[in-house]
Amino acid sequence: MKMSWTWFHKLGSPKWFYAISGRLLPWLAVAALVLLLVGITWGLAFAPQDYQQGNSFRIIYIHVPAAMLAQSCYVMLAVAGVVGLVWKMKLADVALQCAAPIGAWMTAVALVTGAIWGKPTWGSWWVWDARLTSMLILLFLYFGIIALGQAISNRDSAAKACAVLAIVGVVNIPIIKYSVEWWNTLHQGATFTLTEKPAMPAEMWLPLLCTALGFYCFFGAVLLMRMRLEVLKREARASWVKDEVSNSLGRRAAP
Amino acid sequence: MSFASFGDFLAMGHHGLYVWSAYGICVAVLVLNVAMPLLARRRYLQEEARRLRRENIQ
Repeated sequence: MKMSWTWFHKLGSPKWFYAISGRLLPWLAVAALVLLLVGITWGLAFAPQDYQQGNSFRIIYIHVPAAMLAQSCYVMLAVAGVVGLVWKMKLADVALQCAAPIGAWMTAVALVTGAIWGKPTWGSWWVWDARLTSMLILLFLYFGIIALGQAISNRDSAAKACAVLAIVGVVNIPIIKYSVEWWNTLHQGATFTLTEKPAMPAEMWLPLLCTALGFYCFFGAVLLMRMRLEVLKREARASWVKDEVSNSLGRRAAP
Repeated sequence: MSFASFGDFLAMGHHGLYVWSAYGICVAVLVLNVAMPLLARRRYLQEEARRLRRENIQ
């Protein structure tokens, strides 16, 4: 059976990507803004307080989405790494390089909000616990990929090195996920699982669902913004890029 | 609304400092992540405009 791969090659075409992402971007941005505003207001002002932790538990509405996104983003880097190595798709490297800083920021947000939550709940900003330590390693993996991408001047070598590091580092993801089950830990287990109903009441987890989806839409929007600029820079000699740049300049120059 | 007054909302039952600093840092990071690519794009387009003008003069 012959399968059509044209969509796959199209996906790798920077021009096609630029056109499609331009149409997708406003929707993602609006969805992210609405979901985050609704989720954060709901979580901060309307969700009932936790019977043990009081109001400090409201940090969950940013801490958990940031941590989920930090890990999903790393898995995405590894997938982009495989696609880049196997099919030599240039756009995969663009995605990898552009997503890494966002993932690092999200890991930092998860660590900092976790520390702030830990102080009133566990009595300490930081403990060398399996979950916290493996998240710290995730942050260093992101730093490693960013540094590697900037240190190697040859674009193809840099892409290969970053792809390999992203793929190797993905072993850390199951370690983060199961760290709360494998080792004794202060950290609580997962709030959301695919198979079971959440242990909290709906008015507590619905705002969390909102902010989590909001963080993913936010990630999509920021990633596309970064990738579109990177594509313009890398394809600067292509005629469609020259047209696009002069169009943007014309729009800017017009009164 | 799970708070009786706006003062209660700000106080977060003695956890105000923790909750608001966590949210403040998170929102600052999100805003920064949107601002950086927007500014980078503007800077790049300005550089290109300057380059085009130079090339047109020569």
